[in-house]
Amino acid sequence: MIILRKLSLAPRLVGARIRGCQKHTLPDLPYDYSALEPVISAEIMQLHHSKHHQTYINNLNVAEEKLAEAKAKSDISTVIALAPALKFNGGGHINHSIFWKNLSPDGGEPQGELLTAINRDFGSLDGLKSQLSAATVAIQGSGWGWLGYNKQKKILQIATCPNQDPLEATTGLIPLFGIDVWEHAYYLQYKNVRPDYVNAIWKVANWKDIITRFNAAQ
Amino acid sequence: HRLLPLLLPLLLPLLLPLLLPHSVMIILRKLSLAPRLVGARIRGCQKHTLPDLPYDYSALEPVISAEIMQLHHSKHHQTYINNLNVAEEKLAEAKAKSDISTVIALAPALKFNGGGHINHSIFWKNLSPDGGEPQGELLTAINRDFGSLDGLKSQLSAATVAIQGSGWGWLGYNKQKKILQIATCPNQDPLEATTGLIPLFGIDVWEHAYYLQYKNVRPDYVNAIWKVANWKDIITRFNAAQ
Repeated sequence: MIILRKLSLAPRLVGARIRGCQKHTLPDLPYDYSALEPVISAEIMQLHHSKHHQTYINNLNVAEEKLAEAKAKSDISTVIALAPALKFNGGGHINHSIFWKNLSPDGGEPQGELLTAINRDFGSLDGLKSQLSAATVAIQGSGWGWLGYNKQKKILQIATCPNQDPLEATTGLIPLFGIDVWEHAYYLQYKNVRPDYVNAIWKVANWKDIITRFNAAQ
Repeated sequence: HRLLPLLLPLLLPLLLPLLLPHSVMIILRKLSLAPRLVGARIRGCQKHTLPDLPYDYSALEPVISAEIMQLHHSKHHQTYINNLNVAEEKLAEAKAKSDISTVIALAPALKFNGGGHINHSIFWKNLSPDGGEPQGELLTAINRDFGSLDGLKSQLSAATVAIQGSGWGWLGYNKQKKILQIATCPNQDPLEATTGLIPLFGIDVWEHAYYLQYKNVRPDYVNAIWKVANWKDIITRFNAAQ
């Protein structure tokens, strides 16, 4: 039995613990750090990706390790206590993974069924831009502005989430396009002028990716 | 006859509307001489203004750069004040119209901008290039409630670094229990209104407070800010809270 356990051949037989060892890793950016200039500086992109997102991933891995240990011991109190760390770091990982793909130096324009939905739900592309920008600029503190898809009502909707609260888990909306307004996302370049950053980010919106997410959500 | 001179000042306001013609009442209203008689509205017009820093923008270097101090004071704090004045103006209008729905809807703007004004007004005084050290009854309380000054520093720093998102770490005073306590508040939620604790020393960890200099390394900023803590001001607040 000991040999079997060491070989992990019969885990269920001997009650060996299998612990998921799949740690999250930092996804590569689909472009160079400087690719989104002058809208978002290379310095911001490098810090944002290699420091901030990496930290969420590191801390998520730690929290998930602790979660596995707590579950193995049936320590429900610790499982509950880990929820804020999982939401914050898990949400940070989810949000930033979407963000890097949501942006592109060559993102095209909305078209097809997505454009039809935008015109139907916001009047026009300009209507979407102005409503999402206004909601995002108005976020008190740190958070994200989102274009999301409501699968039940089959409509596009704007939502904002505080801190790193992930859109789908929080609201049920499918995330299509997110604007990060934590100050680290823009401060080195735009200082306190958040509206300039939010207005500019539309120039690097990756409509190809947004269309892909919209189609996948149908 | 003896009573009339005594009673007349009391009776006159009651009798005036009956004795005077309508036109005279209008004139009195315009002169605001008889507000209660004619129901004139008095609206407070005292706008908040940006308090001066007690030192130059560069005074807290190398702990906090001049660039950060200038943006933080003249842009961020100023914006909270501007938006607070707008919110209070709207509040006065809503109250005048008895529009309770708008009064309620204004609460987040009042908390965010009012809290931002309260917090930053404390912050500029909480810092100094020459803040001294804790002493006297405050030091006694620190040693009693945190074991030592280092104990306070390490606990408050840890709590502040751990804030998720934007917020403030605070050393506060609990007036009911007569003890020092550490607390954190999200965004610009003001300490006293939120927790009842009297604010003594606050550490702003909104990224705008440190990012230009410390980038993502919030712990370095929080550890360094103790070098510019204004213990003279903190002692003053502690004494005032007793």
